[in-house]
Amino acid sequence: MFDEFPQIDNGLLRDLKRAIDEGFRAFTRSYGDAIETMFDPLRHFLNWSEKLLTGTPWPIIILIAAGLAWFASRSARMVIGCVATLCLIGAFGMWDDMMKTISMILTSTLMAIAVGLPIGVLMSRSDRVQAVVNPVLDVMQTMPPFVYLIPVVMLLGIGKVPGLIAVVIYAIPPMIRLTNLGIRQVDGEVLEAADAFGSSRWQRLVKAELPLALPTIMAGINQTIMMALAMVVIASMIGVQGLGQPVLQAISNQYFTLGLFNGLAIVGIAIVFDRVSQAWGRRIQKHRGGHHV
Amino acid sequence: MSEPIGIEIRNLYKIFGPRGADYVDAVNRGMTKQELNDRYRHVLGLRDINIDIPAGAIQVVMGLSGSGKSTLIRHINRLIDPTSGQILIEGQDVVGMTPQVLREFRRHKTAMVFQKFGLLPHRTVIENVGYGLEVQGVDHAARDKVSMRWIERVGLLGFETKYPSQLSGGMQQRVGLARALANDAPILLMDEAYSALDPLIRYDMQTVLLDLQKEVRKTIVFITHDLDEALRIGDRIALLRDGQVIQQGTGQDIVLNPADDYVANFVQHVDRGKVVQVGSVMEPLGINGTAPAMMVKSDATLTDAVRQMMAKGVHFLEVQDKGGKPVGRLSLERAISVAAGAA
Ligand SMILES: Nc1ncnc2c1ncn2[C@@H]1O[C@H](COP(=O)(O)OP(=O)(O)OP(=O)(O)O)[C@@H](O)[C@H]1O
Ligand SMILES: [Mg+2]
Repeated sequence: MFDEFPQIDNGLLRDLKRAIDEGFRAFTRSYGDAIETMFDPLRHFLNWSEKLLTGTPWPIIILIAAGLAWFASRSARMVIGCVATLCLIGAFGMWDDMMKTISMILTSTLMAIAVGLPIGVLMSRSDRVQAVVNPVLDVMQTMPPFVYLIPVVMLLGIGKVPGLIAVVIYAIPPMIRLTNLGIRQVDGEVLEAADAFGSSRWQRLVKAELPLALPTIMAGINQTIMMALAMVVIASMIGVQGLGQPVLQAISNQYFTLGLFNGLAIVGIAIVFDRVSQAWGRRIQKHRGGHHV
Repeated sequence: MSEPIGIEIRNLYKIFGPRGADYVDAVNRGMTKQELNDRYRHVLGLRDINIDIPAGAIQVVMGLSGSGKSTLIRHINRLIDPTSGQILIEGQDVVGMTPQVLREFRRHKTAMVFQKFGLLPHRTVIENVGYGLEVQGVDHAARDKVSMRWIERVGLLGFETKYPSQLSGGMQQRVGLARALANDAPILLMDEAYSALDPLIRYDMQTVLLDLQKEVRKTIVFITHDLDEALRIGDRIALLRDGQVIQQGTGQDIVLNPADDYVANFVQHVDRGKVVQVGSVMEPLGINGTAPAMMVKSDATLTDAVRQMMAKGVHFLEVQDKGGKPVGRLSLERAISVAAGAA
């Protein structure tokens, strides 16, 4: 009697799935091209940044990386660590793949910021928006990424842009959440002061709320970068080039060493991004303690 | 320099809660803060406040914690919207202002100093002081010039590129004061601006304010729960309890004629000799034949008068008004008994 859970009639279930799939396919047929054109600027940008990174001679890239690390941390150790990681990955023959991955990460992070920051600000403005967005973010964070690869691929096919979109969907929740949180945590008296001196809403946002929320927002950006890196392997399933693809090959062909090298390269990049962005975050909040001397 | 302007607060009510307006009548009919909270879950913030603040005066608002002081002062620049009532400044009702008009009003007519300073931690001292001007759209050079003048005036020269977290509490509040003054607004709102400072620095900052007031003459609303501070600073004092004004007048009025036990309790530990002026306790001229040899101005304090009599070894003083006309006399005995609280 209770051996089997009473389920919806098999035929009905099949019809339901078919109806939804048909509907989505029809949608893809009629709007797919339009949507693809809509994302054209994104593809151009992706191609441009990839060409820039792979086309620039390696000594210049290393120099720029060292410069950024120094600017962010003012620490020689950080610069040496950063340069050594890049050189090591290059020496093991993964330079081009690394550049492609970095280009992907930078683009998807920029996009996550461009989309996530305004959403986070809106969320901080209204409890109702927060109540709607939060469960959506929960779903985005718990849904296995393979699942939303399917509609993205149906709509846009295989390639960089769908890969980018999949990465952004996966990586954007912490950006939105921490922007919202950061702004909500801003000291009420400082905001009252901003209002009392006659700030417009925009002035209040850019002169008080965002700068005061910046440390939290930076933590969000950091997490977004880490999640984007974690997604790189999965996104390579739908045509994103870079360090993820060899890993994929390694899985299907059982090349353990190939997988390990590329995996370690991803870890290396993650550590560099993480340490550098955190050092920068610490440096900009040096004076924000708010405590008395 | 802007001319001082007065503030008239008329029938101001504030009831916190989603349906505050529905309970104004009930409160009017005598419902207490406690009843309102118990029965309707609304908080009585202010009840029928009427205060006229003359242009150029320092109005102190006093009361215990939760009596509604912050709520009241935030109505003057409408950081809080009232449930009903009016706030008239230069004939204009602040309550009815559109957002744009309100913003201009805040930029040019009012400035505020906060208890916990409310400084922007990511900005240096000079950038904080110039904030009001920046919001108004004043250009960088002009802003820095004005800011530097006020930074110097509050005694922070040399600290202009420091960040707030690098300064002590007293210095941070000087920044808060300079920021408010840089705006050159005729109305200055100070919500427990000095409460977070220790006594010596607080006295110091009171002096800064009083000196400034001689120069720039603003209409100042000053919130405090410290009676000594209120008496030292205030031209007029209003006492709040449970959102209601229970007495207003000069410091002397309140010390000499407390309206009820609550006020009497509040003022019982005051050094009356330093507050009460000779003019308010003198006796008429000529009840006693002998004309006093020494004289004293009617706005001198009793302590000053007693000190003068002791120094000269006399028992009577002739009291003169500002023009030097004799208006009464004061005996040593009366001065001491009033100062000691016996009369
Ligand atoms: N936003 C609000 N919602 C509900 N009640 C409020 C709100 N703001 C203030 N109150 C209530 O209004 C009353 C007056 O508060 P207010 O902050 O004006 O007191 P205060 O005299 O400034 O006290 P303190 O000396 O502690 O600063 C208090 O009972 C407080 O709980
Ligand atoms: Mg208060």
